[in-house]
Amino acid sequence: MKAMNIVNAVNDALDIKLTEDNNVVVYGEDVGFEGGVFRVTEGLQKKHGVERVFDSPLAESGIAGTAVGMAAAGLRPVIEMQFCGFIYPAFNQIISHITRMHNRSRGRYKMPIVIRLPYGGGINALEHHSESMEAIFAHIPGLKVVVPSTPHDAKGLLISAIESDDPVLFLEPKRIYRAIKQEVSEEKFSVPIGKAKVLSQGTDVTVVAYGAMIREVQKAMVMAKEAGYSVELIDLRTIYPLDKETITASVKKTGRIVFVGEEPRSFGVGSEIMALANEEAFLHLEAPPKRVAAFDVIVPYPRGEHHYMITPDKIFYAIERTIKY
Amino acid sequence: MFDQFDPAEDKMLQVIDNNGKVISKELMPDLSDEEMVKLYKEMLFVRTLDFMIVSYQRQGRVYTYPPNYGQEAIGVAAGAVLRHEDWLVPAFRELGAWLAKGVTMKEIFMFNMGFEDGLRFGEANHVLPFSVPIASQLIHGAGIGYAIKYQKKDEVAMAFVGDGGTSEGDFHEALNFAGVWKVPVIFVVQNNQYAISVPVKMQTASTNIAVKSVAYGIKGLKVDGNDIFAMLAAFRYAHEYARKEQQAVLIEAVTYRKGAHTTSDDPTKYRTTNEEKEWDKKDPLRRMKLYLEKKKLWSDAEEERVTEEYKKEIDRQFMETEETVQYPLEDALKYTYAEMPQDLRDQQIEHEKFLQWKNARK
Repeated sequence: MKAMNIVNAVNDALDIKLTEDNNVVVYGEDVGFEGGVFRVTEGLQKKHGVERVFDSPLAESGIAGTAVGMAAAGLRPVIEMQFCGFIYPAFNQIISHITRMHNRSRGRYKMPIVIRLPYGGGINALEHHSESMEAIFAHIPGLKVVVPSTPHDAKGLLISAIESDDPVLFLEPKRIYRAIKQEVSEEKFSVPIGKAKVLSQGTDVTVVAYGAMIREVQKAMVMAKEAGYSVELIDLRTIYPLDKETITASVKKTGRIVFVGEEPRSFGVGSEIMALANEEAFLHLEAPPKRVAAFDVIVPYPRGEHHYMITPDKIFYAIERTIKY
Repeated sequence: MFDQFDPAEDKMLQVIDNNGKVISKELMPDLSDEEMVKLYKEMLFVRTLDFMIVSYQRQGRVYTYPPNYGQEAIGVAAGAVLRHEDWLVPAFRELGAWLAKGVTMKEIFMFNMGFEDGLRFGEANHVLPFSVPIASQLIHGAGIGYAIKYQKKDEVAMAFVGDGGTSEGDFHEALNFAGVWKVPVIFVVQNNQYAISVPVKMQTASTNIAVKSVAYGIKGLKVDGNDIFAMLAAFRYAHEYARKEQQAVLIEAVTYRKGAHTTSDDPTKYRTTNEEKEWDKKDPLRRMKLYLEKKKLWSDAEEERVTEEYKKEIDRQFMETEETVQYPLEDALKYTYAEMPQDLRDQQIEHEKFLQWKNARK
């Protein structure tokens, strides 16, 4: 066991896979020599060589598109998009090829590609550096969308993602990159894609969240406990494929559900969770399913971001209103 | 060869003229008589197959189809150079190359009849499926090039695009990546003068397309795409160069799309009969045929006999395909993921329940 933050855990997972599988290559902008702008890949080029961990030209479509060719030829590329807001030039390669080549070739060409994407707000950054547009990607057939909230899950999920024969968008909550330290096994282990985790058992309300929002919900839960409410917290860990079973079972038990996400609210991951609660647990509901999510606006610049970000008291407010409905 | 035909000076590699007369003997590729006839027959086969598919489309038996008419020399020459282990990254108008790489006629029919199964390419090695989003596939070529180099394999990737595709950002990114990474990729631009209705002069202000190679630090060649010997000479040279030097090459094949962009297009709206007549003189089959006839290697009678044979075989395989293809529900669902998510399984089960209900009502 070793104390790791999410940055260390992602680095460790990459190191393990680079060591055991010669087909794994890691590249992107600043990923090689410097180790990435967040230093997630630090030291990997030195250890595994410039052919396996390298800087690419500054072109997201090129990074994603070359991964398609590499995957077709048998490699398992792990590519990095430097910031969430920079992924859009690669969108065509993701939606037109990475997620379709397997279907188009009737299974001939698998696309074991991992796209690492630091996402989310709360870091006082420029425009294009703070968004949470995971719903766009979760909507794409052929893609799996994964988002850890702890160092342990970051390591285990990334190992699963690299070993997956399907392409995986691996969202890294950059706001908590270094905020949480945890004892994580230095051995290889994996956390399965598609399985949510019940972080806290409760009886009054189910709260579903993921990524950096887990920490905010946990703060809200301190307030809830003081108020005498019992909250069941589910960490999604995988957005697609959604673990419907875990969510449904929990909602049937508590009769209430609150979704917490920093994404724009409309047509989001939260919308899907709301639909699920209604479709699968309608007769168990004692209150309308509730979303706590961001405004349908561009993430404001740092001085205005506090208007946008989801805070623990806002989560508590929604929890209380749902319980008292 | 790259120095001799410097694209910056707008030089174009040609071996025979419009009348099939050899104009640069030293560039004539080394070919036996049999090999020459084989190349011609391959072009003739492509043209026959192409015409037949267009006629099937007119009969409502296949969907939209992009004809190769007029551009046969490029695909056939590419097919003659690509080895079993080499990669073909197609756009969608390289029929000769597909066939040479082992794509079957039935697969081509299936694809055009509306079955993804036609892109399985079960007997072909290292061929990516056709790519519709223009120029996006070129980047795959650069990625394959990286994998070849990384795996230390003796392979070359050949990636195709049209003249319109050179305007896309992905064209730039692909050539740039391949240039920086120094990988064995041959990018082939079939400059057929039009991107649907838009003429090439509205795509670029460059002297030609091959000269764009200079900006990426790679070699470029402008070649007469209607001269099979020139195409073969260029491809052989580029292939050898890409392998030996581990470098990318850009080849512009100057040609003319004698047919429509696709069967949904009407070229009479945007080009003149005079222009078409000028290009008729440069037709790749006509030119090679004139050359072969002078060498007494080919005749009209032979052409008629062979064409009839081809037509019969094509029609037989087409009808066999029509009779055997099926599209069961599970085929629509099972290939999107390598590992099918439970939710998608549930969607299938839900749909099957609906189908049971529907069938019970009948």
